[in-house]
Amino acid sequence: MGNPRLLTGIHLMQGQQACAEGALAAGCNLFAGYPISPATEIAEAMARRLPQAGGIYLQGADELDSLTIVIGSVWGGYKSMTATSGNGICLMQENIGYAAMTETPCVIVDMMRAGPGTGIATKSAQGDIYQVRYGSNGDYSIIALAPESPQEMFDLTVEAFNLSEQYRVPAFILGDEILSNLRERVVIPSEVKVTPRRKPTEKPGEGYKTWAVPEGQWVPPMPAFGEGYHMAVSSFARTADGAPSQAYDVQKEMVGRLWNKVEANADKLTRVEDGFVEDAEVLVVGFGSVARSVKAAVRQARANGLKVGFSRLIGIWPFPDQYVARVGKNVKKVVVAEMNMGRVSREVQRCLGRDTEVILSSKPGVAMHTPVEILDQIRKVM
Amino acid sequence: MIKTEEAEVLEHPAIKYFRFGAPGNPHIWCEGCGIGQIWYYTAIAIDELGLDPNSVVWVGGSGCTGRMCTYWKYDYMHTLHGRPLGFATGIKLANPDLNVICHMGDGETSAIGGNHLIQTARRNANVTAICVNNYTYGMTGGQYSPTTPIGSLSATSRYGLVEDGFDLCELVTAAGATYVARSTTTNPRPSINFIKKAIQKKGFSFVEIISQCPTFYGRSNKLGDNSIEMMDWMKKTYVRKEQFDKMSAEERQGKKPWGEFVDTERPEVVSALHQLAKTQREAYRG
Repeated sequence: MGNPRLLTGIHLMQGQQACAEGALAAGCNLFAGYPISPATEIAEAMARRLPQAGGIYLQGADELDSLTIVIGSVWGGYKSMTATSGNGICLMQENIGYAAMTETPCVIVDMMRAGPGTGIATKSAQGDIYQVRYGSNGDYSIIALAPESPQEMFDLTVEAFNLSEQYRVPAFILGDEILSNLRERVVIPSEVKVTPRRKPTEKPGEGYKTWAVPEGQWVPPMPAFGEGYHMAVSSFARTADGAPSQAYDVQKEMVGRLWNKVEANADKLTRVEDGFVEDAEVLVVGFGSVARSVKAAVRQARANGLKVGFSRLIGIWPFPDQYVARVGKNVKKVVVAEMNMGRVSREVQRCLGRDTEVILSSKPGVAMHTPVEILDQIRKVM
Repeated sequence: MIKTEEAEVLEHPAIKYFRFGAPGNPHIWCEGCGIGQIWYYTAIAIDELGLDPNSVVWVGGSGCTGRMCTYWKYDYMHTLHGRPLGFATGIKLANPDLNVICHMGDGETSAIGGNHLIQTARRNANVTAICVNNYTYGMTGGQYSPTTPIGSLSATSRYGLVEDGFDLCELVTAAGATYVARSTTTNPRPSINFIKKAIQKKGFSFVEIISQCPTFYGRSNKLGDNSIEMMDWMKKTYVRKEQFDKMSAEERQGKKPWGEFVDTERPEVVSALHQLAKTQREAYRG
């Protein structure tokens, strides 16, 4: 009998299915979601596959309901996920802030579609870059990974689960409609590294402070409800024993840590793929499905003797500041291709300063950049 | 009982469940507020049922009632305004052995959390919802809520409220709750008994407890600026369901019933999903 969590082998798989299989491989126990294009088939796959692995699928009444169920189940001891798009990620913002503040590990898949508003539900875009990072009120941090293929929909979903446990943050998959419906070869390995929840080593008792951060670590260990730790879970600012507080020192320490546990570890969380960057005069940056056109265009340009390199950002948040500053240092110009009116291009400009010209190659969704279009852009700037 | 020479002080029966150290020590509620009474009724219900308090999770949201959970000494989850029932369903799904009890104010239950209420009742998730209905948003200073009766004065209805409030027990009954009861803070023993039955019910249970807010609702509507006067008003307004049922339409004017409205069985979602997972897991052949 096979392992229902790990369909080891080579498959022809749709991006959304690959995401669901990644979640199963990573140990996901519960999925709660609301149907929305182009993320519905993740819910459908989970509804079919999770029970086979002994897990729970529950359809939320909406995206708010879905994410509350996810967060509640994590405090009950589960690993859990939801998936959405467009208006759905808007509705989730309140709960994203709650998950960040309560340091609840969970995975939120955002298959970006053209907006704003309802936009064009079945067409691709990359407009939610800032929304997953800054959408909820106040200061916090999250992790966001941008896959480029069904294979990475599998691989990065596993990684998102693991990183969310390690840093106790909501971790996002920032996909897009093209990846939702793209079918490609997906190789599922015979073993997958899974990060378990880090539980307290100390027994519960009067002296044990459930929100105290151990020396040399960024996050406290996480007990579940019912284990006797008298957990105080709240999105109030809190002291080490969980008591709500309005003191400046408490807010400063807590929000500072919520921010820095990710931002100060940005180097460790940097995930990139690059090529031809050593002698490049022009660097083309892309992510997600657009990065595939970027890579094709740069290879073509190289074949034509143009000194061009590419850089594909896999980890979008925390933004790979150090990497971008390093890779962009010696190039004359940087082109950023993205399906929005300029998000990552602004971050790239911020990292490189005003001395480096950063050119936005923008498409506001629906149509993706073709390799020819990017090649034309390269020729124009060189 | 206190004797002058050898002081003999009886311990408060619920104090062992109380979490000290939260702001406003011992608590934040105004003088005369009924929320403390309902906190006590819940703790006593748990005590009388003999539940292991480590198996009981209190869940709350925002506002005065939302703070109730923060004084529960054992596991608590203080969540977002209107959303305790979603979080509670998640907790229960992950660990069906836990007793999950939500306290929500009237605004939280019926305005911002209205759909969570309806859906949790429809699903028949095995969690307990206790609605503290004092007809007002207290924490923000006395605005009207969806339960506030037409004509009421509040911070946002200075000229008299022009929309009518609704009956939450009827709402959750229609939505499929398997245990529905209403009590008032003037009825401690029935309140405790209703909460006990609600916790024991395998399905979604809803207990509405009418509570006094002398600071805002009582004072604004000349129903009393202290708990005694407001409880007198409550006793005049709320009559036993059995008695209410026999009253004529004329006699019912200005009266509302309290008592048990629903006590039934329906398929429960948490156990059903776990059964489904068990069946599918066993049937899986790869």
